[in-house]
Order: sequence, then structure tokens, then C-alpha cells
Amino acid sequence: MENQSTHLDPLFHALADPTRRAVVARLGQGPASVSDLAAPFPMGLPAFLKHITVLEEAGLIGTEKVGRVRTCTLQEDRLAAAEDWFREQREQWKSRYDQLDELLAELTKDTENDKD
Amino acid sequence: MTKTDLRYTFAADMQTNQIRMVREFAAPRSTVWACYSRPELLDRWFAPEPLTAKTAHMDFREGGHWHFSMTMPEGDTYWSRFDYQTITPESRIITLDGFSDPEGGVNPDMPRSTVDMQFEDGEVTTVTTVTQYASAEDLQAVIDMGMEAGIGSTLDRLDALLADLTSK
Repeated sequence: MENQSTHLDPLFHALADPTRRAVVARLGQGPASVSDLAAPFPMGLPAFLKHITVLEEAGLIGTEKVGRVRTCTLQEDRLAAAEDWFREQREQWKSRYDQLDELLAELTKDTENDKD
Repeated sequence: MTKTDLRYTFAADMQTNQIRMVREFAAPRSTVWACYSRPELLDRWFAPEPLTAKTAHMDFREGGHWHFSMTMPEGDTYWSRFDYQTITPESRIITLDGFSDPEGGVNPDMPRSTVDMQFEDGEVTTVTTVTQYASAEDLQAVIDMGMEAGIGSTLDRLDALLADLTSK
């Protein structure tokens, strides 16, 4: 196994905050400027920029400054790491539980047939 | 009661490094409990498709452990070990989950999670499973290991992820 560390800890920290989750959800629709992103939130620009920095350091978003406008873009790969893992866990347990359903059906039938 | 009526919820909470699952089963609690505690029954359901589970050692009591393998159709085998910390018959199992080697030794480099399973009666039997990682770093290590499969992503799944992250 090569070094596949993806440093997900900052990712979890980044997504633990509702403002940052809202920014990520908004960027899911396409790139946006920092001022547009900040508009819905009742906080000053310096406070909002801290959230942008956390998201950027976590690798969730990229930013690019052209002239006086800084544009943010969602980095899909980053999100995919955690998403894939959780989806895989959910599917693995779904598979297990489905098999358990079948086993339970069989065991319940056996009990009904030969009550002892 | 058909299979589709049986509830299955899965929620990851990033703030507490926890996964919480609730599943209903159309069988008496004692039968469900047997499937969680008897090795010959665990072997029949515990490996998700397409893997197969095989028990190497089972001592179902507090302080005992279950050591088992899960094997892919091509033959790749993964070993795990659950150490039973608390067993309340037909009601609750708390285990320390971990990766192990074929001899039953726990991999000291990989974090272990605590898995708390509670069994409740009703019209159906409900099993609530809470998997708790000690820290974000622990969860990260487990995810990094699971990343080998490395599959691409699409934004379509973003909503689902955000729903997972925010649900309690």
C-alpha cells in the first residue's frame, strides 16, 4: 500500500460548522465570489473569511483572485473521500442486514415447524 | 411484514465521530440475539456481499472475543476481532472492534472503535448500533485505509453527504 494519507481530519473539522456546510452546499451549484457567498450570513467579512480559510486549508474549496474579486470553487475529490467511505459503510451494513433478514426468516420457519 | 417495511437508518455525525444505525427485523428478539451471538449464525450474515465470514474463535462472554475472517471471492482475506466488554442477554452488546491478524493479534497501528448494539422488542425487533471513534484522527485513519478502492465522485452525491453530516 502506497502512502494514501488524505489528511481527512481538517475535512471533518471544516464540515462540522453549519456556515461552512452552507458554503459547501452553495458551491455545489457552481463557483461564486466571496462577497456573494458571504451575503446570506449575519457576520462581518473578516469573520466570514476565516470560514473560507478553513475550507481552503481542508482542501474542500479552491480560491482564485482576479482583479478585486476572489472566486471560490468546490474541490470535488476532497468531499468524495469521506462521502465514499460513509456510503460504503452504509451499503456494507445494508448487505449484512439483508442477509440477516433471510437467515431470520429461515430460523423463524424452523421454529414453527418443530416446536421443542 | 415485508422486507421493505423494515426501517434502516444510517447517520454519520462528524462532530462526535459517530455512526448511528437503526434497523428493524421481522423476528423475535431472542432469534435476532442468537444471530448476533452464535458463531455458526454470525458466519452466515456478517460478511457483506460478496465476502464470506468464517469464525476462527468465539468466546461470547464479557472479556471474551470473536476472531473471524472475511474473504473475497478472489481469495483476499481480512481479519477482525471484536472484544466483548458488556453483554446483557438479549438486550445489549458493547464490543471493541478492531483489525487483526490471522493469529488473532490486534493491529496496534489501527484505531479501534466501540460498537454499542441495543436490542428492543416491539411489533418488530429493533437493533440500534452506535459506532464510536475516539477522535477525528482515528476516524481519519480508518477512512484512509478504506480509500484503497479509490473511486471517483460526482456532485450528485453532495446532497446525500450533507444530509448524512447534518442528521443526528
